[in-house]
Amino acid sequence: MDFTLSKEHEMARTLFRNFAQKEVKPLAREVDETEVFPRGTVSKMQKLGFLGIPIQKEFGGQGCDTLTYAICVEELSKVCGTTGVIVSAHTSLCADPINKFGTPEQKEKFLRPLVSGEKLGAFGLTEPNAGTDASGQQTKAVLVENEYILNGSKIFITNGKEADIYIILAMTDKSKGTRGISAFILEKGTPGFTFGTKEKKMGIRGSATYELIFTDCRIPKENLLGQEGKGFGYAMQTLDGGRIGIAAQALGLAAGALETTIAYVKERKQFGKSISKFQNTQFKIADMATKVEAARLLVYKAAIAKDTQKVFSVEAAMAKLYASEVASEVTSLAVQLHGGYGYTREYDVERMMRDAKITEIYEGTSEVQRMVISGNLL
Amino acid sequence: MKIIVCIKQVPDTNEVRLDPVTGTLIRDGVPSIINPDDKSGLEAALRLKDEIGAEVSVISMGPPAADAVLREAMAMGADKAYLVTDRAFGGADTWATSSTLAAAINNLEYDLIITGRQAIDGDTAQVGPQIAEHLNIPNISYAEDIKVEGDSIIVKRQYEDRYHIIKSKMPCLITALAELNEPRYMTPGGIFDAYKEKKVIIWGRSDITVDDSNLGLKGSPTRVAQSFPKSIKANGQKVNLDADESATYILDKLKEKYIF
Repeated sequence: MDFTLSKEHEMARTLFRNFAQKEVKPLAREVDETEVFPRGTVSKMQKLGFLGIPIQKEFGGQGCDTLTYAICVEELSKVCGTTGVIVSAHTSLCADPINKFGTPEQKEKFLRPLVSGEKLGAFGLTEPNAGTDASGQQTKAVLVENEYILNGSKIFITNGKEADIYIILAMTDKSKGTRGISAFILEKGTPGFTFGTKEKKMGIRGSATYELIFTDCRIPKENLLGQEGKGFGYAMQTLDGGRIGIAAQALGLAAGALETTIAYVKERKQFGKSISKFQNTQFKIADMATKVEAARLLVYKAAIAKDTQKVFSVEAAMAKLYASEVASEVTSLAVQLHGGYGYTREYDVERMMRDAKITEIYEGTSEVQRMVISGNLL
Repeated sequence: MKIIVCIKQVPDTNEVRLDPVTGTLIRDGVPSIINPDDKSGLEAALRLKDEIGAEVSVISMGPPAADAVLREAMAMGADKAYLVTDRAFGGADTWATSSTLAAAINNLEYDLIITGRQAIDGDTAQVGPQIAEHLNIPNISYAEDIKVEGDSIIVKRQYEDRYHIIKSKMPCLITALAELNEPRYMTPGGIFDAYKEKKVIIWGRSDITVDDSNLGLKGSPTRVAQSFPKSIKANGQKVNLDADESATYILDKLKEKYIF
């Protein structure tokens, strides 16, 4: 058993870190304040292949692995949670299911532009009455000749309106329950597909979170992903992968807050000395660092499991559960160690604390992760 | 067109700390990077590759750990990499280094050689021009712009107060400034290819043809007489004045010093 990263993973981390420090960090505060989607950063990442890291070269991807992708999301999220989730939602929730369940024609038409960076991806499962209970889908798709006619809506969709390609879950046969749910590939611009409210959020404020509305939206039959009625299973498998991305985002937020706080406590002086000289600070930093490292090991283990195991639901759930709770705890401690300054928007830890909370909620709440883990044990 | 870029692995001086007691550099734990001038030279070569098509080879003389900077160069887009490494080459000054590198380059075909102007850990700016002398080809230093025209190269050579436009037939050697360009990032796939698909070719003493008297410590005529930390200049003065007041302030200071 070896816990050291390979040379290529270390070099990839250097690349992602340099990019994050130089291109992403200077914009993070502005992206949060203005709630403007960082399109310029996304274009730069597209050119460098950051949007197709774990996808095979055959379709224009980088031919790396899930671990490299997780390290990318981690390093981006260390400086900007918004940028981290844009890459995560695009890669795990849109490119990955097309790669896994799509036909060769669908991969050529949709996966190639997604990974080469021409197009951005998103995923629509959540509805006003189908959150944790994702089986309660009310969006319907009815096959009429060669087209599915889609009616309904989705909410809280990351990369909404900014994305070009969407994976949409809809009920094709309500009588079959979850076995009546199917997955579709939907392109922006399709008649009947519009965008509703943009959410005003506590954190990750630059990520576009939109309501998607379908009104007699016609999807060509060939855009059905995989088989009819298997969509719920595809969505659950997709979310297993997505949880690794969110766990990596949470890890990055925690690790970024820790780095920022270490630098701060060395500089900040009270009672005539640097506050890093006080045992309270030292013990808190030690606890934060230990939790960040434990989270990192779980996230990397889940990433490796995705590439080596057929089923990795438990690994992904544990990584997301732990890393997201560590993110909330560590970013909160980071604000505490910054004192009053940490509560102001002049300091990044304030934003990191707001960004962290969502990692305990989206792509399966912490409670759902506990259900997945215990369901496998009991 | 075949381009050879010479690169050196150096400690990242932004990360180097000084030992407060001895005043010497603490190199432990300091990340190694491609020397910045060399990285711009590599970027210039890769841009020529993008524009007119070229095979770009990178070559480095150094310890086995220099493998990392050659992989990084391939992750940026270099096609081939050569590491010239042997205990016999150790302790080399600029003369022995340039003799060794020139001998290694003699094993390869080339139209253009690009080196960085100087390394941030040595600052001699001698190795590039010396390689050109050993190979008996023209050398153009301090390149800030490079263009290819037929079998010639046109270089803008930058000085502090002026520049020269110089045209030379190839083969020739150019030394590049970090100001030449903004080097590209690696790509994740490029990194994986550099480690999994491509290889670094290792050349030792027996792979190059050069006289022993020009190699390593013994072949190095340079003697370091003394080394000392640079004296610290007095702090400057900072003033906050508007444009008119600033002009008066500067004039007064210049008069004080009898400069004006």
